[in-house]
Amino acid sequence: MRPFKFSSANDARNAVQIVSANQAAKFLAGGTNILDLMKEDVERPIELVDVSRLNLTQIKSVNGGLSLGALAKNTDTANHPLVRQNYPLLSMAILAGASQQIRNMATNGGNLLQRTRCQYFYDVAMPCNKREPGTGCGALEGINRMHAIFGWSEKCVAVYPSDMSIALAALDAVVKVQSANGKERVIPFADFHRLPGDTPERDTNLNHGELITAIELPKNNFAGKSYYLKVRDRASYAFALVSVAAALEMDGNKIKQARIALGGVAHKPWRAMEAEKTLVGKEATEANFKSAAEAEMKKAKPLEHNKFKVELGTRGIVRALQMASSGDAV
Amino acid sequence: MSEFDESAEAELTADEAALLDALPELSESGEARRQFLGQAAALGLGALAVNLLAREQAYAWMETSTEAAAPAQIENGVTVAMKINGAEKSLTVDSRMTLLDGLRERLELTGSKKGCDHGQCGACTVIVDNRRVLSCLTLAATCEGKSVTTIEGLANGDALHPMQTAFVKHDGFQCGYCTPGQICSAVALINEAKNGEVSYVTANVRTNAKNVKLSDDEIRERMSGNICRCGAYPNIVAAIREVHSGTEVAQTWNLHQPNEDSAENMEDEKDATV
Repeated sequence: MRPFKFSSANDARNAVQIVSANQAAKFLAGGTNILDLMKEDVERPIELVDVSRLNLTQIKSVNGGLSLGALAKNTDTANHPLVRQNYPLLSMAILAGASQQIRNMATNGGNLLQRTRCQYFYDVAMPCNKREPGTGCGALEGINRMHAIFGWSEKCVAVYPSDMSIALAALDAVVKVQSANGKERVIPFADFHRLPGDTPERDTNLNHGELITAIELPKNNFAGKSYYLKVRDRASYAFALVSVAAALEMDGNKIKQARIALGGVAHKPWRAMEAEKTLVGKEATEANFKSAAEAEMKKAKPLEHNKFKVELGTRGIVRALQMASSGDAV
Repeated sequence: MSEFDESAEAELTADEAALLDALPELSESGEARRQFLGQAAALGLGALAVNLLAREQAYAWMETSTEAAAPAQIENGVTVAMKINGAEKSLTVDSRMTLLDGLRERLELTGSKKGCDHGQCGACTVIVDNRRVLSCLTLAATCEGKSVTTIEGLANGDALHPMQTAFVKHDGFQCGYCTPGQICSAVALINEAKNGEVSYVTANVRTNAKNVKLSDDEIRERMSGNICRCGAYPNIVAAIREVHSGTEVAQTWNLHQPNEDSAENMEDEKDATV
């Protein structure tokens, strides 16, 4: 690991100022991703500002919804009574990710900022436009079984790894951010992460030095009918091949509103808007779930090794909607 | 070192000189190593013996001086005070030093193991402020004021922690390398269940209850961050089940006397009892 200056912040404003003033400085919270990347020489900060002691750990009701402190641990968030009761989809998604040890360390803000696990990104001997713009994409015509089927570009076919964010996308969360000028800004979740386009080195629309302070969830009526399905190569502690966050609000036996977001398929959480639209006003039947899933997945553009993700995604959407609809899991 | 005559001096052979250069761990002990190898050569030891002894001396030198063992050069030093297994410790670390390396190389607590060093295997699991965490992905510099429990801190003198006893009883290991991490993880797991924490395989996360009774599926899911390359998983689950349930669980393994005239029979018995 390369040498870096270390300091522990006790004031958010001050932390933002320090990092903003140094392009090669980074925040450190749980450290579960950045330390790994520093050991791999992928991340090379010359200064780390430990923000984990900042007073941004509260989980509390606001405006009928819920505010999750950016520095609350993933474990504490997944187990919070208000999250479990009103946003079980979020609990399930967090619990589907990583291991207990890592969830005990990882923070909510840090979870959003996880970087891709694309092996070409991790291996500094390989070309990667995300790690080193202009070097090319090793995965585009390489081993791309784990890679994107939606929204990729010639520059980058990596997928975004977080489970938590897939639920947050489905739940229309917003991200509160503190900027260098002392101002706060609010970013709707759909605009937080980016598609790769010509600038895959940018994962999010955060500016350098901006600090996530909280994630806010609006009130909803999905709690009793939601489910997070994660399909992976082994039963636990693996990244998703495909994951599906599904939530339904019913009006009698008709679907009033559906929310579906997919993980493991794109450079950001992929809201299945086409499928959602298809379901409104329909009954919650397997046939309707299937046509909704197909409407979404027919837009997929798989790569050489991940064609299976199209069928897996279709079946995953149907399965997740069935589980959500039954209400058995929540 | 008392077996060596302090005054002995001798020239090194070419092989010994080459060996000396190939032993980086001795590079920091400068004069001492030359003197030592000189002594060793004077005593007529062969190159292999010199190698072994030199290594041993290097390790002894590293170990005997916990405070003095602070590396000669610390970049971006950070001084942290923390409680390790109940004892207050303060040390100045390179900002890059992980908690795992601090425990192993500065505090002589080598129970916590470095498996992958990338947060994938769980061998380095320790308990920090009552939560199990990965010490390989924790910077020592971030541990100011924290309370760390390692495998060395679980037993009460000679009385093993119930989880340690259960791992022994159920043979929850083969090579033992992952065991300190497994046990620290399992000890924390028991508390998580008492607190009513949920997992991905919990039937309904909206149901709130303390003292959750864990199925084997739950134990497996909750222990998925600890990899056992030997595959002792069934026995690990049995050990945890016993401590979690508070009721004795029969051992599933047995020490058989193999039938003298039949190797095949022995295989059968092994299959039947594992």
